[in-house]
Amino acid sequence: MIIVDRRPNPQGKSLPNRQRFLERVKAEVRRAVADSIAQRRVSDAGADEEVRVRVSGTSEPSFRRAPGGDAEHILPGPGTLNRGDRLPRPEGGEGSGGGGKASASGEGEDAFEFTLTREEFLDYFFDELALPRLVRTELGETELSRPHKAGYSVSGQPTALDVRRTMRNALARRVALRRPDAKMIEAAKQDVADAVDARDDVRLAEARHALDLLLKRAASIPFIDPIDVRYHRHERVPQPATEAVMFCLMDVSGSMTEHMKGLAKRFFMLLHLFLGRKYSRVHVVFIRHTERAQEVDEDTFFRSRETGGTIVSSALVEMLRVQQERFPPARFNIYVAQASDGDNLHADAGEVAELMGRILPRVRYFAYVETAEGEDSHFGSGRSLETSLWGTYRALVEGSAPQLAMRKLAEPAEVWSVFADLFRREQPGRETAEAMP
Amino acid sequence: MTLLFSGAEWDFPKINATFHALEEIALGELGLSPYPAQVEVITSEQMLDAYSSVGLPLMYRHWSFGKRFARDSALYRAGMQNLAYEIVINSNPCIAYLMEENTMPMQALVLAHACFGHNHFFRNNHLFRQWTDADGILDYLAFARRFVAECEERHGVAAVERILDAAHALQGQGVHRYLRHKWSLAEEEIRARARAEYEQSTYNPLWRTLPGAPAPEPSREPDAAEQARRALNLPEENLLYLCEKHSPVLTGWQRELVRIVRVVAQYFYPQMQTKLANEGCATTVHYALMTRLHERGRIDDGAFLEFLASHTAVTRQPNFTDRDFNGWNPYALGFAIMQDIARLCRAPDAEDAAWFPEIAGNGDPWSTLRTMWADYRDESLIRQFLGPKVMRAFRMIDLADRADEDSYLVAEIHDEPGYRRIRSRLADQYDPSEGAPLIEAIDVDLAGDRSLLLSWRSRRHQRLDPASMRQTLAQIGMLWGHRVTLREIDDADESVLGETAVPA
Repeated sequence: MIIVDRRPNPQGKSLPNRQRFLERVKAEVRRAVADSIAQRRVSDAGADEEVRVRVSGTSEPSFRRAPGGDAEHILPGPGTLNRGDRLPRPEGGEGSGGGGKASASGEGEDAFEFTLTREEFLDYFFDELALPRLVRTELGETELSRPHKAGYSVSGQPTALDVRRTMRNALARRVALRRPDAKMIEAAKQDVADAVDARDDVRLAEARHALDLLLKRAASIPFIDPIDVRYHRHERVPQPATEAVMFCLMDVSGSMTEHMKGLAKRFFMLLHLFLGRKYSRVHVVFIRHTERAQEVDEDTFFRSRETGGTIVSSALVEMLRVQQERFPPARFNIYVAQASDGDNLHADAGEVAELMGRILPRVRYFAYVETAEGEDSHFGSGRSLETSLWGTYRALVEGSAPQLAMRKLAEPAEVWSVFADLFRREQPGRETAEAMP
Repeated sequence: MTLLFSGAEWDFPKINATFHALEEIALGELGLSPYPAQVEVITSEQMLDAYSSVGLPLMYRHWSFGKRFARDSALYRAGMQNLAYEIVINSNPCIAYLMEENTMPMQALVLAHACFGHNHFFRNNHLFRQWTDADGILDYLAFARRFVAECEERHGVAAVERILDAAHALQGQGVHRYLRHKWSLAEEEIRARARAEYEQSTYNPLWRTLPGAPAPEPSREPDAAEQARRALNLPEENLLYLCEKHSPVLTGWQRELVRIVRVVAQYFYPQMQTKLANEGCATTVHYALMTRLHERGRIDDGAFLEFLASHTAVTRQPNFTDRDFNGWNPYALGFAIMQDIARLCRAPDAEDAAWFPEIAGNGDPWSTLRTMWADYRDESLIRQFLGPKVMRAFRMIDLADRADEDSYLVAEIHDEPGYRRIRSRLADQYDPSEGAPLIEAIDVDLAGDRSLLLSWRSRRHQRLDPASMRQTLAQIGMLWGHRVTLREIDDADESVLGETAVPA
């Protein structure tokens, strides 16, 4: 008998099959994932958890007998039945009471539930989405360089020592300089001993002289010399990187209801996941505002509460300030995503338009999402009227601002479609056409 | 005698010692002759992996295995399904998987069950001896996996999947039910290469007409058509074979893919017919081996009780009114029949003598059982060896389900007038024809549009499930490349119940 321990074998042997399977149910997985995002609480969206997906439509057809017809089944009975007894047919025609047959003919392919890992989930989620008009021109920061093997050098760290090459050099040098090896010295010693035995003084003197020469030579030619030593050399090669910054602006004023804030947060949550997933070098700046704006960290942005009035321009000013301080447009692709209920101080509209006039030329894309109340409050709430901010932005779009995109968002279920709509991957070719000067 | 182990912890020396202790009993007392065994310890995830590829250690890649894995692991994690304690492969050497989570008594049970029970059955049962090539299967699977991967690289995953999907749909109709010649899988790869080379060497682009040009007008002479039809050897029940050999549209690599699916289906064909006999054999063997180990003082009472708990759990047979009922449990029924036979070999009573005059009281239960394992499949085993005591023990009834009646009728019960009918009906239930529907290709319109005509003979007013039939026909249509029609014929009066054609 042979015992083999297979446990250390690579895991995930069925991974390629799983990928093939997921590919097959892609559409359903996407829908399920979108549903799950809509249903989950905001605080869950970014959590490291797995997503359960229910799919059907992966049937593997085969010839089967349909229920019905005449059949006889030999079954293990309860012991209380007698010949001629009648049993009611279970609901749904031929039923499980029919026994063996149901299982023998293969079960119907029902929908079934399985679990997506977080990685797979995000892959599916953000597949086909991209940052619009991203330009890959800038070389990255120095930290983005990567060590590449670049030949050998005569100096370096001991850990980088190339032993083989070093020894080879040493051998070549020893051979070239005719350094006597141990065998030769041994032979010379033997000669001396032989001469002593033979009591031949002349020969002894010669042999001694030869041995001395060899020993001297061996001592003066080192086994390994510093000039033999070689080290692996690594060069840091700068990696061309696409640097981008995403400004997330959110209105957290009193007029934003919990529902709207929930929507906005979901939207940004998605955006955050998306950026983290697709672009390792995207800086994200969170700015929230009431009548004043402030840059906050991620956690505060998503979790803290605030009330107050609304002055949208404050956020834009803050955004411009941060941008000018830290993100020069020559080096960064700049993106802005803004969520608001559209309320703005009327007097602020001009200011907003003026600021936008300065912002838009610098950015690749400005996505504005206007959150609205859910369906139930649509009645008579005057929602059909255009909000003040929407009007301001619409005027800009009409005045041809290709960077600006705006969408309305009222239900959690729409978050995904609005998001996907805003970040749908562009047709190849268009990207270059709109490349930055 | 010293204990082989105590407690739950296992290690390799203990497994080794236990194996040899079991071997001594199995070969010496039971007279088994298994293949050499190879025991592989795996994790539960690897067990799920093995599950998903129908229990084979290597398999070509296909999405359906991924689906199976996703479903099984979801069920397993939800606690709705336990993993099998073992998987055993009909190969030489016989490979048995042991899960690392098992306790030592469980490992002993699995060794007894798989390495001696199933292993003996694989090596000795006539169906396996005739149909499967235990020496070559692993190499063949490795070849299949490589071949599919190469095709995927060359022709794209989607193109390969289309063929495999279609071939999988016909697995039930992809076996030769009657032996033509034994397959040597070792030569299969060589043959595949030879086929490909022959095709390459005979391919001459000059002979091709314009791309996409219609095929040359088939000869209208009835003789020629008749001759060609004769070459197809109709009727043909192995639809995969028909498509592989005679499909007008498949190219070389596609035929090879169909062949791979067919070879795998054929490999499993004996297993389908011997589930009850095979599990009964393994259960009988493990029960005997573990009992003897305990009698000889090689395992302690705790281990034996743990064994008994597992043993009774796997041999549980809920009755059909029970919520857990899911058809016959092959472990339970097989074990019961074999225990009954072993008993009546040793100590028959008058009833046994009347039912089994040849073997009752022959005093050699193991030789009787070995014959049973070697020469029978489920259907014939039940017909021959199901005795009245077992029918009574399971309180078997014959439940008639007639299409024109709105309730079930208890037609027979386990009593003197009922025994024979129950036994024969139960044997019918295990007949291979009750498995995948037998569908025959009966005609190909060679002179005309090359459409393929299939037939299925309906018995007892049964019909095929129309939705899955239509889908499956579409898959055959993919392989055949032309219209495919399925005719459902009533076996009793030859009337045509219905015809379904794809494309309609």
